[in-house]
Amino acid sequence: MRTKTTIASLLAATMLVAAGTAQAETLRLLTWGSYAPEELVQKFEEEYPDIDVEVTFSNNEEMIAKLRATGGAGFDLAQPSHDRIYAAQLEYDIYKPLDLSQIDTDAMQASLLDGVKANTTIDGNVYAVPHQWGTSGLMADKTKAPDLKGWGDLCDPAYQGKTSMRLRRTILLGMAFSMGEDPFAAYSDLGKYQEILDKVADKLIECKANIKAYWKGGDDLSAMMLSGEIVASETWDSTAYKLFDQNKNIVFVPPETGALAWIDTFAIPRKGEADDAAYKWINFVLRPENVTIMSASTGAIASVKGAKDLLPEDKKAAVNASFTDADIDNLKFFANIPPGVEDMEGKTLEKIKAATGG
Amino acid sequence: MVGAARHVLSAKRGRVMVQKDVRRLTLILLFAPFAMWIALLIVVPHIGMVALSLREKVAPRVYEYGLGNYIDFINEPIYWNTLLRTGTMSLLVTALALLIGFPIAYYIAKIAGNRTRGALFLLCLIPLWVSDLIRAFGWILLLRETGVISTFLQWTGLISGPIEFLYNDVTVIIGLVYTVILFMIVPLVSTLDGMDDSLVEAGYNLGGSGFTVLRRIIVPYAMPGIVSGCIVVFMLTAGSYLTPILLGGKNSSWFTEQIYDQFITRFNWESGAAFGFLLLAFTSTVIWLGLKLSGQTLANTVAKS
Repeated sequence: MRTKTTIASLLAATMLVAAGTAQAETLRLLTWGSYAPEELVQKFEEEYPDIDVEVTFSNNEEMIAKLRATGGAGFDLAQPSHDRIYAAQLEYDIYKPLDLSQIDTDAMQASLLDGVKANTTIDGNVYAVPHQWGTSGLMADKTKAPDLKGWGDLCDPAYQGKTSMRLRRTILLGMAFSMGEDPFAAYSDLGKYQEILDKVADKLIECKANIKAYWKGGDDLSAMMLSGEIVASETWDSTAYKLFDQNKNIVFVPPETGALAWIDTFAIPRKGEADDAAYKWINFVLRPENVTIMSASTGAIASVKGAKDLLPEDKKAAVNASFTDADIDNLKFFANIPPGVEDMEGKTLEKIKAATGG
Repeated sequence: MVGAARHVLSAKRGRVMVQKDVRRLTLILLFAPFAMWIALLIVVPHIGMVALSLREKVAPRVYEYGLGNYIDFINEPIYWNTLLRTGTMSLLVTALALLIGFPIAYYIAKIAGNRTRGALFLLCLIPLWVSDLIRAFGWILLLRETGVISTFLQWTGLISGPIEFLYNDVTVIIGLVYTVILFMIVPLVSTLDGMDDSLVEAGYNLGGSGFTVLRRIIVPYAMPGIVSGCIVVFMLTAGSYLTPILLGGKNSSWFTEQIYDQFITRFNWESGAAFGFLLLAFTSTVIWLGLKLSGQTLANTVAKS
């Protein structure tokens, strides 16, 4: 008798659970680490009790690889950078056009919105809108590397064995600018771009002896910088801001040729199943009170109007310590990557890694 | 009478038939998980990979079949140098794991008492309870310039300035040996365990020195264990990803990293798949050569221990 009632109540319980999940919608978010702070997720779920948020942390390359593997299924909202939409969509057809009427575009800073739209429009359809932006540049310990100004200074023998960089496309582009080239302009002429890449490769191979190690993620970079094992490095600005919190001597240095700026976007995967929830999330994180929470977690600046004032106090101090208005005017926004360029850059990076120059 | 006898007989035959069917069904049911594992998780994905590796990208969303990805590999010294480097370093790791693992296994199997044996085995197992990633970070904490060892040596006054132990090939080899040595010890212990102590005593009685006994009696007896340990360790090392990536320096390329880069950063799944097969072919060849040279077969090594 007793076992029977237990079974009955268990059955009832499972049915209740099943009914519960059947009603709730799930928003599967594919985004960068720290782009979905627990505080915001909870707030969102309180406001929309019938939506569950599931977060997967990733990076540009893995986001595209994941979506490519399934033809754009498995996630309802993705956040690749603005230069990773156009070619990926052309080659793999992994996103679906956005319904801009569902998005509070008035809140966004017009120049960023127009920039992203221009970069991600195919056949009149817009595939992405901006979320947050930030830059890649240099970081230095002011007391130990006061003269670090440009990308090329990472190879200055004065800092022998005390600098670092990530062996990815950012350093190729930065080094090209510091050598007086304009790699983005050369995207339209791949022969010319290959010449630039070869020059950059020679420079970076020569530079290997000066480098302590290539960093792979924000954590190992932070550890090397905070322990003083390196005094200068290529970096994301947000990582530098986080370190500024702990050591006021570590500042972000926009290179004299201009920091490289990226905009992380919102894009909806082609087989996403919760578009409404996705639009709700987009509008939710663009609200001023939520922007501050988001920026505190990511260290990046939202692409809404007046975003700099919405930064939390400590981040505001870090940004002001690094950027002048002239630096902001000098930003170089990553240009759309045409098909084929990733392969050329990949080969160049392999060549640098394999060279035993240092 | 005759009819009744025939009836009994056919009933008996029927029972035998049922028993046969039951046995066959049991066999099928027992075999099914294995067959499904092999088919769904190994054969089918590999067929997909072969197809992928034979595809060449002509233009966006346009592909052609051909051997281009394999030809690229042959034409690019960076790729095959990395593969050879990975192979040599894996062989070195295997040799070191054998050199360090053999005495440990011998001690556990032959010298230690029954109770200490279990404890020693457990001690070897414990590192495996933590993930690869955590173990690699453990090494990083120990070996980095501001890490435990460098600081300790400075404190004792043996060295005057900090020393960087991390980011070089030696560190990668240490880390890999540490990760895989258990897979060497386990088969060795199980083979040595079956060796009769009187064989060793007889060797000494006949006037053999310690070295002769080791060379003529113990090693030949343990050969199946040695070979199967080496095969497993070599495969694990050549296919490892985290340890070489995290501990390696600016010059340490590893072939699995090359495969990852093809798939993830270059969006070039086609050549990534081709590289995967080349790694498989390369490691299989090395193992085949090893078996030939040592005069062993898969059946009396890996299948036995």
